Amino acid sequence: MRRLYFIAVCAACAWGVAGCGDKPPVTVYKQGQYQGKPDAQPWDNPQFKGDKVAWENAIRRRTDGQNEYTRATPTPQ
Amino acid sequence: MARMKFLCDAERCIECNGCVTACKNEHEVPWGVNRRRVVTLNDGIPGEKSISVACMHCSDAPCMAVCPVDCFYKTTEGVVLHDKDLCIGCGYCFYACPFGAPQFPQDGAFGLRGKMDKCTFCAGGPEPDFSAAEFKKYGRNRLAEGKLPACAEMCSTKALLGGDADVISEIYRNRVLKRGKGSEVWGWGTAYGKPEQKPGTPQPQPGATKS
Repeated sequence: MRRLYFIAVCAACAWGVAGCGDKPPVTVYKQGQYQGKPDAQPWDNPQFKGDKVAWENAIRRRTDGQNEYTRATPTPQ
Repeated sequence: MARMKFLCDAERCIECNGCVTACKNEHEVPWGVNRRRVVTLNDGIPGEKSISVACMHCSDAPCMAVCPVDCFYKTTEGVVLHDKDLCIGCGYCFYACPFGAPQFPQDGAFGLRGKMDKCTFCAGGPEPDFSAAEFKKYGRNRLAEGKLPACAEMCSTKALLGGDADVISEIYRNRVLKRGKGSEVWGWGTAYGKPEQKPGTPQPQPGATKS
């Protein structure tokens, strides 16, 4: 009986420390370096002529246009 | 300008596939390549939910990390793009992507994989803006025209929002607050959610009192 108890305690201890050797299963990817061609900024074209603010305003206007709550009932000025 | 993102409102998406069609038409995407797809859960069961999925232009994109030739880059607006001249069509990005965004056209005989194709947030690629080469490889560059992606602008119920992450998340937040709850106000609950009348059940008369 005592021997059985001893084996059970040993097994419990072994089971308890088994998790210590566990490695995290998440793979950490390393970011690479871009090797391709350079790309122009979206405002560096004949339409916006490098005017970043104008481009941002155009995009913001379009983005706000997706909100039909303000589009249908414009907020009073 | 902050990061460009897509946001799909599952309460509003009616699975019309307008976004898919808009994308295919805008960029003349070849047969077998779907830069955008509509995924439906519990299809055919009342209360089904649909969501439009494409490249989500991850802030920490796993496709960029696993690419063996480092053909990916991120624009200042946070759009994840790639150089098709460098891509070798290995398919690693497809395995890494949690959204199944990278697509591979069949190229040549025996089902050989071509260069990867994916949603560009309508921002073209590393070719001169509005050039024929850019259109052929990456599709139209709407962002450089001051426009948002065609899929988001085409969405009839405005379920799919695209643009500056701060602005679209604010639109969504506002929407959720105003509509109260979910499908009871817009969608399946409104159209089909009313309790069924069993045949033979007496209709309650207006003004009738209990005896």
